[in-house]
Amino acid sequence: MEHIFFSVLLSLSMAAFAFSCYRRLVLVAIGKHEYRFDQPLARFKEMLVYALGQKRVMSRPFGLNHVVIFWAFLVLAVANLEFLVSGILPGLSFALLPEPLHDALAFLFDICSLAVLIAVAVAAVRRSINPPFPGARTCEAYFILSMIALLMLAFFGMNGALIASGVRTASPFTPVSGIFASLLSSCLAADQLNLAVSVFWWIHAVVLLGFMNYLPYSKHMHILTAIPNVFLRTMGKSNTQPREEFSEGNIFGAATVDQLTWKDLLDSFSCTECGRCHDSCPAAATGKALNPREVLHAIKENLLQNGTVLEKLAGDAQAERAVSLIGEGKKGATPESALWSCTSCGACMEACPVFIEHLPKIVKMRRHLVQMEAKFPDELLNLFENMEQRSNPWGMAPSERSKWSSQLELRPFVAGETEYLLFLGCSGAFDARNKQVSVALTRVLDAAGVSYGVLGREEKCCGESVRRLGNEYLFDLMARESVAQFREKGVTKVITQCPHCYNTLKNDFRQFGLELEVLHHSELIAGFLASGELQLEGKMEELGNLVLHDSCYLGRHNDVYQPPRSVVQAVTGTAAGEMERNLDKAFCCGAGGGRMWLEEHEGTPINRARVAEALALKPDTICVSCPFCMTMFEDGVKEVPGAGVQVKDLAELVAQALPKTSK
Amino acid sequence: MLVIACLKQVPDTTQVQIDPVTNTLVRDGIPFIVNPYDTHALEETLRLKDSHGLKSVALSMGPPNAEATLRKALALGVDRSILLSDRAFGGADTLSTSNVLAAAIRKLGESEEVGLVFCGKQTIDGDTAQVGPGIAVRLGYSQLTLVDRIEKLDLDAKTVTVRRKLEGRYEIVEARLPAMITVVRELNRPRYPTVPMRLASAKAEVESWSNEQLQLDVNSVGLKGSPTWVSRIFSPERQEGEIIGDGLNDPIAAARLLLDRLVQGDMLSV
Repeated sequence: MEHIFFSVLLSLSMAAFAFSCYRRLVLVAIGKHEYRFDQPLARFKEMLVYALGQKRVMSRPFGLNHVVIFWAFLVLAVANLEFLVSGILPGLSFALLPEPLHDALAFLFDICSLAVLIAVAVAAVRRSINPPFPGARTCEAYFILSMIALLMLAFFGMNGALIASGVRTASPFTPVSGIFASLLSSCLAADQLNLAVSVFWWIHAVVLLGFMNYLPYSKHMHILTAIPNVFLRTMGKSNTQPREEFSEGNIFGAATVDQLTWKDLLDSFSCTECGRCHDSCPAAATGKALNPREVLHAIKENLLQNGTVLEKLAGDAQAERAVSLIGEGKKGATPESALWSCTSCGACMEACPVFIEHLPKIVKMRRHLVQMEAKFPDELLNLFENMEQRSNPWGMAPSERSKWSSQLELRPFVAGETEYLLFLGCSGAFDARNKQVSVALTRVLDAAGVSYGVLGREEKCCGESVRRLGNEYLFDLMARESVAQFREKGVTKVITQCPHCYNTLKNDFRQFGLELEVLHHSELIAGFLASGELQLEGKMEELGNLVLHDSCYLGRHNDVYQPPRSVVQAVTGTAAGEMERNLDKAFCCGAGGGRMWLEEHEGTPINRARVAEALALKPDTICVSCPFCMTMFEDGVKEVPGAGVQVKDLAELVAQALPKTSK
Repeated sequence: MLVIACLKQVPDTTQVQIDPVTNTLVRDGIPFIVNPYDTHALEETLRLKDSHGLKSVALSMGPPNAEATLRKALALGVDRSILLSDRAFGGADTLSTSNVLAAAIRKLGESEEVGLVFCGKQTIDGDTAQVGPGIAVRLGYSQLTLVDRIEKLDLDAKTVTVRRKLEGRYEIVEARLPAMITVVRELNRPRYPTVPMRLASAKAEVESWSNEQLQLDVNSVGLKGSPTWVSRIFSPERQEGEIIGDGLNDPIAAARLLLDRLVQGDMLSV
């Protein structure tokens, strides 16, 4: 009788669960098309490493706790399957297996259940005394932990009662259940034990099925979506933004859930609210409105609120009914100020254990504001006009671009005669401090005997800032022009001193059909030092204690971490001083994502926070490898009276260490 | 009621150079921009369109390539863009330019009442600040120059009250419509075109009027109608400096040398 009742309950639960999942899938399908199924083998491998292997989860404290729960859950999934099957067909259970195998499984289940119980307790304590992010002590989180604990306790109670009542014999392979058995037999009478088996069995059954049906409506949905989300990640780095097609009638950027892609929406269902993105965000850390976790959460809320309505509508009706993703103080919306405070440093994406891509969503919303509403911070109007009319952020006359090198007799780039194009970038050509870096770099290249030429006044801005600021229309114009110019001149190999130019020429221009071999000066110099083509004189002791700052667009966005370090090693003879947040966890200088051109009205300046972190190491020199970082550090250091620190670009260190005879 | 913005397409003066031999502007490859003051005139017509429901028109006299400027005005939201282009208009000074613009405004006024005409306070290439006042005089409009704020526009009473930004003081002036207003940059913050508007403007029509439409006496327009002409353009002579020291290889010594020179020449007040 009981198992017939259970069969009905199970069928209903399964149907309800399937329906809930289907509803979620339909919501995800509202998103725009995006192809994420290329390289299936590589994707599968990533899934093994990052989802099953939990590589990123383990990279932070308490990650191990999650690994224990995750793997124990996978093992217990087998136990739970047996539980459900034997619930319908009582004869069908692992008891039918050969004894050694049965014992091994029983032991595994017993130990795993204990491990989960301990890990859940640790998680609850941790959340209470040291929550992953402020506001993480939600009822939902504790409810989920309690449900898991209850499931484990019911499992032990059921097995303990079975042993205590003599249905199952005590075995050394189920030590924890054995303890529960002695506990139960000491406090329950023999006839009560049979009832206890039933009670625990039903508690286990109800919690299991209830929890399963609760999943799709909670943050615990991630146990269903995280693994596919890793499989569907952007292969390689998410260091570029999708192109847009500029024809009439199209919608640009995203202001409603249906204007995001299905993967964007799946991301929102994959967020577990672990808070790591929030932890690593420079804007959040310095009191800005941005919280990458809440951006994702708002998308999910918005989708849940409006998705069901949208899904039934088509075309214009959909656009009219959709509730905006952008707005102040509304559920399911991100404030504009939050969108504008992103530095596009990518720390959130690097930290996310399930490869949620925050940045493309932020840029899509910026695109909407700039392109559909022409709504953006006041400072950007001049920037956009300058970029469009004069192809540089300051509105300098393009004819002034080659002025910095008027004494240097640089060769123009000519295909066949010069091997590399030295792409200076706007900072390297116009900014007083960074012009010194340009001079130093040409000295280093000359010393290494590199064959290079420049575009001089014909060089154009790469457009990186306008793209990250959401002005894709303008970037499209600028990129097309540059790509055509590079093609016409036969440029194939480029040296950049700016990681933003580097990323644009290397990754963004590929979308415009131009494949370039792009080297940041740190890579080129490191190569020359390793091969002996560049000789340095002695070790530069006057640089003193040197601390290295990672540029986001070099490191996190392009995995160039070692070259700057080996150059510093070669120049100073010792390894660079490392800040606590370095390499893939490096803290942004505050200038990325177009923030270089915006005032920092909210919170405290990001550069001040980073400079303080560097100064804690008592350096004599702070070494950067990006003109934006240079500006931010120079400004930051000036604000600390008596800091006595010099900020140097990598190229300047090397130029200083060149033998005095070479020029 | 119409509100009209007069725009001029000018060479980007930061990029203009003067040919040392011929003493003329080198225009090759120099990009053209909308005269920066005119962008504020245009913005104000768009704001009045939004706030008072007036119909906005952008007007420009220039060669056929000035169409780009008018197309930009369409992208920003004007209802009509009209290019006044004719070989006969070429080589115009401020007098004959204002003759042509005034004639076009008069013609527009035949089908719909003109309320306000906005001009930038001056252009960045000619810097005369005469065309706006010239239009006002020729049309008999109230003339309000150097305006940095529209205090009040009363369409029923047909008056406009503005604030003029003068040297060290402001002046609040009320005038009867129709009025010609020249604007300073503090008046407003020009808008940025949305992408859908830009795409639509690429296909929208820029009307073109020649002297066939305006029917002006050919002696009152263009070079023939211009009592002033430019006899010579030149850059002021500058003494060539001298490079001292070797800043590239020894910046500290070079800086010292420079300081010594400045002290010697008594150019630093110590």
